[in-house]
Amino acid sequence: MRAFYGTTLTTPLMLGTAQYPSPAILQAAFRESGASVATVSLRREGAGGAGQSFWSMIRELGVEILPNTAGCHSVKEAITTAHMAREVFDTDWIKLEVIGHTDSLQPDVFALVEAAHVLSEDGFKVFPYTTEDLIVGEKLLAAGCDVLMPWGAPIGSGRGLANPYALRAMRAEFPDVPLVIDAGLGLPSHAAQAMELGYDAVLLNTAVARSGDPVAMARAMAQAVEAGQRAFDAGPIEPRDMAEPSTPVIGKAFLQ
Amino acid sequence: MIILNGERCEVAATDLAGLLIERDLTGRVATAVNEVFVPATARAGHALSDGDRVEVLAPMQGG
Repeated sequence: MRAFYGTTLTTPLMLGTAQYPSPAILQAAFRESGASVATVSLRREGAGGAGQSFWSMIRELGVEILPNTAGCHSVKEAITTAHMAREVFDTDWIKLEVIGHTDSLQPDVFALVEAAHVLSEDGFKVFPYTTEDLIVGEKLLAAGCDVLMPWGAPIGSGRGLANPYALRAMRAEFPDVPLVIDAGLGLPSHAAQAMELGYDAVLLNTAVARSGDPVAMARAMAQAVEAGQRAFDAGPIEPRDMAEPSTPVIGKAFLQ
Repeated sequence: MIILNGERCEVAATDLAGLLIERDLTGRVATAVNEVFVPATARAGHALSDGDRVEVLAPMQGG
């Protein structure tokens, strides 16, 4: 497995912490998923100190923490948020999101590259939420990123891999770079497909948290990424157009 | 008068560190004043002015 800024993940599953029916279900889902990374965010603290109990719970999960810049629409906003996240979460990892389009939540890749450059210069280890565009990927690497996180489909859509062809091309183009499918997965089969393409991990949240039984779905996702990874390592056959009998033809009895 | 997390409020504190104590925001938080990050180490000396926009952020669920 390719290392993420020097850290080898124990499993190829990164799981979000939002939208669960309760904190207890979140914790149980994490246990069942075997996720090695938890994504988190920053929001305004209220008088009740809700953020403090959340922080305690996240620490107890015993996984790597990946703060995001979700909801940021400008370079400046994303950079300020990243600095605040680094201090609060005590990590230089940052999932960099700079949103460019309100309906699709498509990243503004021009702003993304600019923010990635500034943050990398400032010592951040940037996990950029990007598209499957190869040239953007190259520019993100040149900006200092050592990881790329292309979207599978729009955030929260659950549509699976919208463009498997381009994601396959991205894997081929960047053979040494850790690649993560981030966003848009809805089913274990989507997660397995991402791993079968040779991706290093998947990052999902809604597919587990908003399912009817998040704990059971977390388990299903864990099994799917393991199956997909084993399949990729095993070397899948190439699809072909014509049938080819799997049972030997030679030695077949001559019967009428 | 300052604007704390989007709400107008009158405060007695004269610097950012004092504001956090006054408002009982002493847990694990990060701060920004007028859209500029203020590290924890700089809060004590960061004087507040009338109309300052102060953001106090804490760990929260995220995807």
